Amino acid sequence: MASSESNHPYHMVSPSKWPFVGSLAGMTMAIGGIYYMQGGSLAGFLAGTALMLYVMYGWWRDVINEAESGTDHTPTVKHGLRVGMVLFITSEVMFFFAFFWAFFDATIPAISSTAHDVWPPAGVVPFAAFGIPFLNTLILLTSGATVTLAHHYMMHGERQKCAYWLFWTVLLGATFTGFQAYEYVHATFGFKDGIYSSTFYLATGFHGFHVLVGTIFLVVCYFRAKKGHFTADTHIGFEAAAWYWHFVDVVWLFLFVCIYWWGGSGYVPAT
Amino acid sequence: MANAADAHHDEHDHHMPGFFTRWFCSTNHKDIGTLYIIVSFIAAIVGGAMSWYIRLELAEPGIQYIDDFQFYNVLVTAHGFLMVFFVVMPAMIGGFGNWFVPLMIGAPDMAFPRMNNISFWLLAAGLVLLVLSTIIGDGPGTGWTVYPPLASADFHPGPSVDFGILALHLAGASSILGAINFIVTIFNMRAPGMTIHRMPLFVWAILITAFLLLLALPVLAGALTMLLTDRNFGTAFFIPGEGGDPVLWQHLFWFFGHPEVYIIIIPAFGIISEVVSTFSKKPVFGYLGMAYAMSAIGVVGFVVWAHHMFTIGFTADTRAYFTAATMVIAVPTGVKIFSWLATMWGGSIKFEVPMLYAFGFIFLFVVGGVTGITLANSSADVVFHDTYFVVAHFHYVMAIAAVLAMFSGYFYWVGKMIGRQYPRGLAKLQFWVFFIGVNVTFFPQHFSGFAGMPRRIPDYPAPYEGWNYVSSVGALITAIGTLLFFIVVWRTFSGPKVADNEWGEGATTLEWTIASPAPWHTHEVMPDMTGKAPAE
Repeated sequence: MASSESNHPYHMVSPSKWPFVGSLAGMTMAIGGIYYMQGGSLAGFLAGTALMLYVMYGWWRDVINEAESGTDHTPTVKHGLRVGMVLFITSEVMFFFAFFWAFFDATIPAISSTAHDVWPPAGVVPFAAFGIPFLNTLILLTSGATVTLAHHYMMHGERQKCAYWLFWTVLLGATFTGFQAYEYVHATFGFKDGIYSSTFYLATGFHGFHVLVGTIFLVVCYFRAKKGHFTADTHIGFEAAAWYWHFVDVVWLFLFVCIYWWGGSGYVPAT
Repeated sequence: MANAADAHHDEHDHHMPGFFTRWFCSTNHKDIGTLYIIVSFIAAIVGGAMSWYIRLELAEPGIQYIDDFQFYNVLVTAHGFLMVFFVVMPAMIGGFGNWFVPLMIGAPDMAFPRMNNISFWLLAAGLVLLVLSTIIGDGPGTGWTVYPPLASADFHPGPSVDFGILALHLAGASSILGAINFIVTIFNMRAPGMTIHRMPLFVWAILITAFLLLLALPVLAGALTMLLTDRNFGTAFFIPGEGGDPVLWQHLFWFFGHPEVYIIIIPAFGIISEVVSTFSKKPVFGYLGMAYAMSAIGVVGFVVWAHHMFTIGFTADTRAYFTAATMVIAVPTGVKIFSWLATMWGGSIKFEVPMLYAFGFIFLFVVGGVTGITLANSSADVVFHDTYFVVAHFHYVMAIAAVLAMFSGYFYWVGKMIGRQYPRGLAKLQFWVFFIGVNVTFFPQHFSGFAGMPRRIPDYPAPYEGWNYVSSVGALITAIGTLLFFIVVWRTFSGPKVADNEWGEGATTLEWTIASPAPWHTHEVMPDMTGKAPAE
């Protein structure tokens, strides 16, 4: 806590148990996960995950309380939080970079001597890009528009309208996830069916996971908007959620164009 | 650490929390920095012991001690992991970075003090998993590069490699969060008047390192995830029989791995710049050139990765590009070397222990840099690949150079951290023993490598005996130097108190304007840096 003499605009955070407990949870998830992968029970992993969720809940509750205190989050601190979120999204982009690299390594002979001349590989029946995947593209793009509309109303201080459009954004996000789940269930290729499946499921799967996280983030913002946490000029949690949502949207556009559309264009139906 | 706490709680009336809260729930950049340094110290003892065991085995041809070759491979692997992820990075970035970035820019703490703490504890969790990986099952005998198919389930069944993968996941998450923290701190919390172009070069170094971490580590995370699912869930990313490509791993790994070696050495550049300037009693020659040389090294470091894989069968064009791009790095690196020399030129040089280590660093870094140019040539590298020449090269340029920079930083700042003077004479002796030791260890490895001695092998034909024996004697000298360091550290805690600015007028950065040892809270009143010259 800053002493009475301090003149700096920064937030001196009180000691917190969350980082220590959170890393214990991470370690439990890791060890429990290995136990499961070796054929053991999943209980350890689930226990670690439960503890991690508890930490996330408690930690973010503390952050929201600090934001609501009115004194901790000075304009300088808010700027730092925004920059931090941008950097986090940058690191997420680089995570997807790896999976796109794996995809192109398998599909472009010019960059890899083991790339496949025929893609999808013989025997794989890909999804028609302009079926459900294109519908999902439209859904996500629309959700990008609704979240921007919500942001617009927030900046004009109309929090009920903001919440209304957030509601639609969440609904569109959930619809997207539903269609992805439908697609997975009806896929003609299984998870373990070679390199096509590997690149497809890990790239779209991690994207789907990020959609889920983004949706939860937006749900939290919906309730915070309703509660009056956000004001016309300060709504950093909302901004972060919206940026994250746009990031998820952009990743999907690349997935759609590269993996579904271009990646499915070499398919020749058996006659 | 208790000394540090006792020494200054009287002069500051902030209530100090209890032991558990202070050390496990910390939001104080100095305490977290101290924790990082302690972990680095512990990991260095373990990682160092492994390397001495390796040198004992290699002292003579034939099998001396290690008849389980998998165990030998595990030693090599764990030595690499420990030294890279749990010694050098925690000491330089987590330790010195945490301690001195806020002090040098006039900030009261890091931007996200709570996140700072989870960075540390995730690293500790990663260390636990890494230790488990070596003692559960057969251990990971993959080398730190974890290449499949050796790292695949076929050749490493059992949980060891999975433990290693998840250890790196945790350490990686720790580093990404730490990187975000450093970037926001440096962008957002500089004292009034301290523009980007007036920051101390150590702060520049940490900023650039943080960007490398932010962009490189997620790629490793992606690759590790693919390896994990290949091993356990039936994916085929690196399995040729199912349409995958083991070379993909090498690309992804080295796209991370090459920036990673700069993540290790750029903070060293920062430390050496501070030390050379302080003990030459001159500002660093070419301050902006130094800052942008580091930036250039960081940027170019992302487009040279395939020089680690010249033997996989690239086309001539690809090899030509990666050779040329790699050699380009010599330009900004040369800017740094010559600027350090120009800083010393005409300076009033004091041969204090940190300065001795800075000299040592520059020598080692130049030797390693020159062999780096040799290896950058793909035609030559095809011959040298996987020989001891490469081992000598990277230990000179990155590993031992980084360790000497850590020692330099330690002796430079230990007075600020614990308020005590290290035993000067003993520390100088320690420098000479350690410096001679590492050179005797690694210089002969150039010769063994030239003669074709392969890496990562516990036995070798008799003709390689001579230089290997010399190398092992060097390791013994280095071990003595390390033991001397323990004594130096031990005696520092009972040494005489130091002045707030123990180095005099050459030390111009902000950490020397506060008390020694640094109080628990510092810079609560922001220093005004308006119109001041660059801190170097």
